Amino acid sequence: MVHSLFGAFESGVIFAIMALGVYLTFRILNFPDLTVDGSFATGGAVAAVMIVNGFSPYVSTIAAFFAGLAVGAFTGILHTKGKINPLLAGILSMIALWSINLRIMGKANIGLLGHDTVISQIKSFFTSFPYPILFTMALLVFIIKLLVDWFLDTEIGLAMRATGDNPRMIRSFAVNTDNTIILGVALSNGLVAFSGALWSQSQGFADVSMGIGMIIIGLASVIIGEAVFGDRSIKRATLAVIGGAIIYRIVVAIALRVGLDAQDMKLMTALIVIFALIAPRLTASYREKKRRAERQKNASAGLEG
Amino acid sequence: MLKLNNILKIFNEGTIDEKIALSHVNLHLNPGDFVTIIGSNGAGKSTLMNIISGVLIPDEGTVEIDGQVVNNLPEYKRAPMIGRVFQDPMAGTSPTMTIEENLAMAYARDKKRTLKLGVNKKRRELFREYLETLHLGLENRLNAKVGLLSGGERQALSLLMATFTQPKVLLLDEHTAALDPSRARLITDLTKEIVEKHHLTTLMVTHNMQQALDLGNRLIMMDSGQIILDVPEEKKKDLTIEGLLAEFERLRGEKFASDRAILG
Repeated sequence: MVHSLFGAFESGVIFAIMALGVYLTFRILNFPDLTVDGSFATGGAVAAVMIVNGFSPYVSTIAAFFAGLAVGAFTGILHTKGKINPLLAGILSMIALWSINLRIMGKANIGLLGHDTVISQIKSFFTSFPYPILFTMALLVFIIKLLVDWFLDTEIGLAMRATGDNPRMIRSFAVNTDNTIILGVALSNGLVAFSGALWSQSQGFADVSMGIGMIIIGLASVIIGEAVFGDRSIKRATLAVIGGAIIYRIVVAIALRVGLDAQDMKLMTALIVIFALIAPRLTASYREKKRRAERQKNASAGLEG
Repeated sequence: MLKLNNILKIFNEGTIDEKIALSHVNLHLNPGDFVTIIGSNGAGKSTLMNIISGVLIPDEGTVEIDGQVVNNLPEYKRAPMIGRVFQDPMAGTSPTMTIEENLAMAYARDKKRTLKLGVNKKRRELFREYLETLHLGLENRLNAKVGLLSGGERQALSLLMATFTQPKVLLLDEHTAALDPSRARLITDLTKEIVEKHHLTTLMVTHNMQQALDLGNRLIMMDSGQIILDVPEEKKKDLTIEGLLAEFERLRGEKFASDRAILG
């Protein structure tokens, strides 16, 4: 149990990088971007192909980030210049990427066993250290979180946040919102692809279908994280998103232990997201009802007395 | 400073909904002019504002700001020269961001946005100084989210943000209309103070006739996409609401009709 819990933590921190990407589009830009399902696999595909062709795993992983940037920029351009609805722009990219990812890989699955990967190198570097992957990945995620926090406080970052919040206003302050959207969606998918690259290396293979359902996992992480840890400020929210990703993986690990099948996971993820979306509203309206009932009771008691 | 030459704007041309929003409008503003615009419903006041700011492109005619024809510049490229406050207090600020972050965005209006932090110590001091001029105590709430402010506070902040970098043209689009009378009074006074301090070339649309008479050095009345009355400074001083309404009737042969006009 302890081991599988650590495993969940480990995959949670890798998924957290993807979730931070989803946070950028979903929360900052207010742009529900479905490209994620494709770009996660693009990241895995690019990294795997480069690794089996003898590139350094670090170079390959960074290349995956850039591939994600390009893919995201494409979705952003579809939406801003092509005036395609955000959901549809993302779906179009996602579908196109299925073919592109197969082209990149040349086949549906590339094994990485026997090749040097970022993960294998970390393991061989810290031989005497327990859970080296968990700790290095946690450190990496934390650094990425700090970078995201910093970026969103820069002049360009502020303009990007305002684009999601009040585009009309920020245009009147001389910001080209097309550019901030394209940049934001690109960065988001860069992180997603980066996460995909690390995930394929930790799993030991890249698969063309590895991204399916990833957007929902990302949304689950954002929503659960914000509900549990709060989202008062950007710094708090990005931390919450990481927490949400880890919680999600732990819930999955527990569900698998109590007898659910791996194939049930997508349904479970959907249920978690539905629950996380509805629960805050239900509790709020319940509290409101209770508060009113309380007042009514006190008022009538006051009348009788 | 601002020149509109022969501006024509037609909506839905060639359909049964065709409407001539602006019909060959000419308007020249000298530097420091503060012009108030009144007019009945559908007179073309808001279209005029949108043409100047670049939200709409005129079908004919040119828009010149500071000697430069800006017809082909999209809104965000004209924005360094134009400050704008909208009627809706929610429209001019970003609600999920803090007061200082909002001011940082206004501060960056006429500069290239970079990867430097939007708010630093020096800028925070500057923002605090500016906020003090509002006398609303906002300088002590730099980290409050703007969504938590009242409508009046948000509009005061919008006004401050719009004028922060002293734009060449300031557009005020019924910016006090959504506020209660005392808040509207406050924003009106602030407007006067800020415009005078920076000698801003200003165009203000209002439905409040008294406000149109009290503020500015020139008054324009619009109707059916045309400027029908242009009152210069000397005559404006002696003008009354009754005089304005009589003038409208004389020019148009009918009574001034606006369900939103506030006569006094």
